[in-house]
Amino acid sequence: MPDPILQTCGLNSFYGDFQALYDVALDVGEGEVLAIIGANGAGKTTLMRSITGLLMNEPGQIHYRGHDISLLRADQVAELGLAMVPEGRQLFPSLTVRENLMIGAQVNRKGPWDLKSVYKLFPILEERKDQASTSLSGGQQQMVAIGRALMANPDLILFDEISLGLAPIIIKDIYQALPGIIGEGMSAVIVEQDITKALSVSSRVYCLQEGRVSLESASDTVSREDISRAYFGIE
Amino acid sequence: MEWLNAIVQGTLLGGLYALFAAGLSLIFGVMRLVNIAHGDLIVLAAYLGLTVTTATGMHPLVALVIVVPAMALIGYALQRGLLNQTLGDDILPPLLVTFGLSVIIQNGLLEAYSADPQDLDAGALETASLAVGGLTFGILPLLTFAIAIAVIWGLQWTFYHTALGRAFRAVSDNQDIAQLMGLNRRHIFGLAMALALGVTAIAGILLGIRTSFDPAIGGARLIFGFEAVIIGGLGNLWGTLAGGVILGVAQTIGAKIDPGWQLLAGHIAFLVILAVRPNGLFPRVSG
Ligand SMILES: Nc1ncnc2c1ncn2[C@@H]1O[C@H](COP(=O)(O)OP(=O)(O)O)[C@@H](O)[C@H]1O
Ligand SMILES: [Mg+2]
Repeated sequence: MPDPILQTCGLNSFYGDFQALYDVALDVGEGEVLAIIGANGAGKTTLMRSITGLLMNEPGQIHYRGHDISLLRADQVAELGLAMVPEGRQLFPSLTVRENLMIGAQVNRKGPWDLKSVYKLFPILEERKDQASTSLSGGQQQMVAIGRALMANPDLILFDEISLGLAPIIIKDIYQALPGIIGEGMSAVIVEQDITKALSVSSRVYCLQEGRVSLESASDTVSREDISRAYFGIE
Repeated sequence: MEWLNAIVQGTLLGGLYALFAAGLSLIFGVMRLVNIAHGDLIVLAAYLGLTVTTATGMHPLVALVIVVPAMALIGYALQRGLLNQTLGDDILPPLLVTFGLSVIIQNGLLEAYSADPQDLDAGALETASLAVGGLTFGILPLLTFAIAIAVIWGLQWTFYHTALGRAFRAVSDNQDIAQLMGLNRRHIFGLAMALALGVTAIAGILLGIRTSFDPAIGGARLIFGFEAVIIGGLGNLWGTLAGGVILGVAQTIGAKIDPGWQLLAGHIAFLVILAVRPNGLFPRVSG
């Protein structure tokens, strides 16, 4: 396996006194696409928030390219080349489509992604560039959220619930665009409810259950029984 | 004609109130902070102007080139060193801390400059006027109003056409996601406070040229600023100018009826508008 770009070990995350993640160990290889599945409330979003620095962790729990990033703020993590497409898009409502994309470029990293290449990937966004981001359909908003993350020219991109709440036809579009996004040597972590989709785009899959890793497997060999056991905790 | 004159004077006075209010509005808009010390910071700027003009013999308006950056610097330091620590889900800590700051500034000014009223000497500018068709316009009030329009236009432009303004709006929308995009909110808040106190510096100098000031007058400036912001509608800078004008006109008309009614008339106008339009006249339409 290639060297990990991201590695967590013994990761524990808390909301106040409530512990949401227990001893999570996972790694993402350079150039790898990893899928994370798990029921609602399993801790997937918490894991994303911990990695990106929105939740604080103890030192030594998260390493990015060999550096301990556990104590860094989210803006510092972003500058290292780690971007996220958050659950529920979370666009900036007072910004236009174009401004939302521009905010993504704030970290000032060099790479293939700029307004032009994002518009080429999602032409509809160029037509809508001066509209308020809230006036777009759900699918178009997800395109903005993806474009915004790409504008940072990240080396590792995290997608939290990439297709949640979108129409099937839109989901198909987004998955069709995915290879073009990740193909450029980027690594990716995809949190997805649709297990078939998750397995089809990833090389390995982790399942979270009540804050713990309940399964780690290659995506093409994992069995349905293993998944349902890991998902629901049925022995 | 006398009434028309009162309305004109009130309108021009409204420019000064809009300058009091602009910084307050900006800070609330970006970080939901209600700065109780705002009026005292205006007075602090006037005193800084006094120190600069007496030390160098500069004209007070020229002294802006020193006082504006100085206040901006104070704003950034204040935000990073103190106010950022008070921001969170609870709205009480920033209120208490800025209230404390207000007391500290007042006492500091009293210690440094005594309670004697001071003013900034702007020479001929203070009395120069322009007569147009039976109305007399003071050059200083005219200039103040023009500066208010320029400042509000400038803030509006900064907000909607620069990377800094984009960052202000993004952080105001969603602090976590803005942070995720590489914007450190503590720094952005510092810049917002710097900009707000830069505007406050202009307001303080113009106030000091217009009237005499002492360390205790900050509270009333805070109230005028608040009233202008609320009348105009939160989050709308042009509305703030309108709010300042309405307040100014109400005050001068009140004073015309009876000199003792000046302030009361302003507060009554404020309360009436608040009763009729609780969100102010021009609230920002949020999408
Ligand atoms: N802000 C929060 N405060 C307290 N508990 C939270 C918060 N966000 C999530 N949780 C809890 O943490 C657990 C994991 O949630 P989350 O990471 O959002 O799960 P998932 O993304 O897998 O659906 C859940 O039990 C949830 O109730
Ligand atoms: Mg989630």
